[in-house]
Amino acid sequence: MTDLLARRDLSTGPEPPEAALTTGSTGSRILGVCALVSLAILVLLAFVVTGQDVNLGESIRIMYVHVPTVSLAYLCMILNAVGAVWYLWKRSEFADLLSHAAGELGVVLLGITLISGSLWGRITWGAYWVWDARLTTTALLFLMYVGYLAVRAATPEPRSRAVRSAVVGIAAACLIPIVHESVQWWASLHQSETLFGTLSPKIKGTQLFTLMFSFVAFGFTTAWLLMHRFRVAWLAERAAESELEVAIAERRAEATEPAEVVS
Amino acid sequence: MMADARAVAGDALLIAGKDLRLEARTRVATNHVLPFVGAVVMIFAFALDPDTGVLRRATAGLFWVTVLFAAVLLIQRSFAVEQADGVSDSLRLSGLRPAGIFLGKVLSLIAELVGIEIVLIGAVIVLYGVHLKGALLLLVTTLAATVAIAAVGSVYGPLATGLRASETALPLLLLPVLAPVLLAATRAFEIALGDTAGGGWPWAGMLGIVAAVYLTLGLAVWGPLLEET
Repeated sequence: MTDLLARRDLSTGPEPPEAALTTGSTGSRILGVCALVSLAILVLLAFVVTGQDVNLGESIRIMYVHVPTVSLAYLCMILNAVGAVWYLWKRSEFADLLSHAAGELGVVLLGITLISGSLWGRITWGAYWVWDARLTTTALLFLMYVGYLAVRAATPEPRSRAVRSAVVGIAAACLIPIVHESVQWWASLHQSETLFGTLSPKIKGTQLFTLMFSFVAFGFTTAWLLMHRFRVAWLAERAAESELEVAIAERRAEATEPAEVVS
Repeated sequence: MMADARAVAGDALLIAGKDLRLEARTRVATNHVLPFVGAVVMIFAFALDPDTGVLRRATAGLFWVTVLFAAVLLIQRSFAVEQADGVSDSLRLSGLRPAGIFLGKVLSLIAELVGIEIVLIGAVIVLYGVHLKGALLLLVTTLAATVAIAAVGSVYGPLATGLRASETALPLLLLPVLAPVLLAATRAFEIALGDTAGGGWPWAGMLGIVAAVYLTLGLAVWGPLLEET
């Protein structure tokens, strides 16, 4: 990408500022440090400070990854849908790229949720996978967002890609309430909501603090990743534009060169 | 407002008529999709031993899985014809309302799917030995599920056509979205066929909600989709 942008001297456009060639900034570096420090504290809290749970045993530690990642995955998907609606309304490139970054991050977080949930299920239910309503619909949601990424990858033209993926993002978001309500709709093996299910949470003391802190740690990490993914997508768009400008400049240069005389 | 609605309905009937006439001439549904449905019904019988009763107990699920497979083919076909010979550009320039085109596509898909479902119900009665009990629940479930499938298909159909790998993209996009439809329709069918006790109407209601959500979504997004795809 940097090579492509470096070739802008062939184009008529101005050289982009050096800062634009990197995804880092002072803000993102501060956020990155916060993410790293909070993740280190979370590891300490999860493995050293808190003990086993009376009911869940050692598997409680999986909850410190599973619960925040699923919540942040839903948040990313809501952000994806907001960006999609925003794009269709205002045709803003910012909204499209934000929607894309959030969708991609949502898939990663949902993947971590499914893997951590599967490991927790092996310990608690004795099987990596059970056909529980919430598990199944979460897997379907994961597949829908994989479809979203596939649509983006398979549409080369930026405007068409933005419209198509915005529609897929909005349609996928329509399924989120069904996923959330699925525990109530169908008989379910899934653990009821640990933190927000009742007025008094089912876990207390250091376990509750660790779970709450896991939201902070994963929140910082998600924000940091989102920022960088957005900037990578923005740079990719600029690189694609630059590539087009280079091609146009090359064709123009060819047209002004004198034709070879064939003897 | 009423005049607009009437104009949209007129456009919808025009598009549905065009699609059904095209179907009547090419006979893809009757010559390709129906034999495919027959083959799937037979293959399920080979996979699940009919003598053990598994096949009869699984009829509701198998019926709707077969309908989904047929729907994928019909939706792909319905939107692939718009890509050839600049038809999509003609539609864009025709002055027809996007909402009307969307509803027309939904109507033509409903008509084709209902035809397939009637034949399929006959096939499972004869081949799987099932008896229809709750006829009204069966009818309402079939209609609600068919509208939901057609609405979802008409949202995702134009999205997938024109992609670099449209043949594989459509099932990838469509099947996860249609999974709740499959689940609700199967549960309602099981109850209607007498295989499971319980009330089937909440499931039919859920199908109605999915259909309403995707019909609304389609009406809202078909304008930008028509412009950009």
